[in-house]
Amino acid sequence: MRTIQVSQITDAIKEMCIEANHFLTPDMDEAMKCAVTSEEAPLGKQILNQLQDNLKIAGADMIPICQDTGMAVIFMEIGQEVHFEGGILEDAINEGVRRGYVDGFLRKSVVADPIYRDNTKDNTPAIIHYEMVPGDKVKITVAPKGFGSENMSRVFMLKPADGIEGVKNAILTAVKDAGPNACPPMVVGVGVGGTFEKCALMAKKALTRPVNERSSIPYVKELEEEMLAKINATGIGPGGLGGTTTALAVNINTYPTHIAGLPVGINICCHVNRHAVREI
Amino acid sequence: MDQYIQVPLSNEDAEKLSAGDYVYLSGVIYTARDAAHKRMYEALGRGESLPMDMDRNVIYYMGPSPARQGRPIGSAGPTTSSRMDKYAPSLLDLGLKGMIGKGKRSEAVKDAIVRNKAVYFAAVGGAGALLSKSILSSEVIAYDDLGTEAIRRLEVKDFPVIVVIDSKGNNLYETAIKEYCKE
Ligand code: SF4
Repeated sequence: MRTIQVSQITDAIKEMCIEANHFLTPDMDEAMKCAVTSEEAPLGKQILNQLQDNLKIAGADMIPICQDTGMAVIFMEIGQEVHFEGGILEDAINEGVRRGYVDGFLRKSVVADPIYRDNTKDNTPAIIHYEMVPGDKVKITVAPKGFGSENMSRVFMLKPADGIEGVKNAILTAVKDAGPNACPPMVVGVGVGGTFEKCALMAKKALTRPVNERSSIPYVKELEEEMLAKINATGIGPGGLGGTTTALAVNINTYPTHIAGLPVGINICCHVNRHAVREI
Repeated sequence: MDQYIQVPLSNEDAEKLSAGDYVYLSGVIYTARDAAHKRMYEALGRGESLPMDMDRNVIYYMGPSPARQGRPIGSAGPTTSSRMDKYAPSLLDLGLKGMIGKGKRSEAVKDAIVRNKAVYFAAVGGAGALLSKSILSSEVIAYDDLGTEAIRRLEVKDFPVIVVIDSKGNNLYETAIKEYCKE
């Protein structure tokens, strides 16, 4: 057994909320830079150059990359040898989010009730996904998610007969419907298989995989590459104003499913595909 | 074509802008997003006046992040405009000349833009840090309790936007995509 104080989790999450909102991960940074060179549309290039300037200003002046600093989505991969001390883990996580958003000058975008909509004023609660894994470490991923792109995300409950063509159509439909609303260039997270909720969760988690890393399953890797090419042929382009860079990556995760179903979750993310990862 | 334009927008300026123009706005604009629009709409329904005059003004669909010390505003990029589609036609009919946001608009909004010879601009989504540099001052003028969703009066200098729907109803989102579509 390894003992971890929950205050350590609070401190880490506070810092990670601030870090993720001001700095992209190296893989995203690289992808955004490459896009400037490869984009064919003059206006598209101009927009991608503006986004380069935006990233520089964000880091240098500590102004969030985007004003929608998101709802804090947090993946906790907890080694089963770990024992937490000093309080309730969930409270510690939310305290980290609270301090990150309040002390870090991040926008408070969470309402306490979906219908009455009073702002909680500290961006809590977070959306927390726990996973038990072997070992005595805790891996934390903080992924603030903006809602311009979240609103364009979809779940399709396809039939087995729809097969891989059905999956391709679903992805293209979601991307085309999203268009300029999702602040392209996008990153497209896809979950294929599982159940209704499992495919959506896989899609969300797929967004945290580095954009330059392809699936280890050969047919899924091929599907990712084919869909990226198809999406970039739609013409949507940077800002939705026409061009050849509509997406930076398509990350697909799969899971076994039921004989009667083919669930497909598509989580659209904008170019501010934020996450910070730490192991404690 | 790059253009430098004063806001509030004159009728002449609004009519001379074409979809695809790159425009730098200087002057005064107002922010309002979902909650502020709902309140304004309800106020109009009760026959009350609005917190600001719509005549020739431009509304920016934006809710900023908090300002650090010494800065007028935090990150300040556009939010998705379609959520304001329900409310925009009534404001346009009251004289609103321009809207800044991102993303598609409904037919009803497009019709109201043409009817009133107004303009829909897009600012680059996700460029809030950069856009904040074109904002000289920010002052909450109504609905303070709404936090980031309050109505703010912004003084802007060379604020960069692109004309998406012009006063004739041309829509850049539709035309530009066709040009690069390789399907
Ligand atoms: S979709 Fe992304 S880039 Fe666009 S406003 Fe939302 S968080 Fe920002």
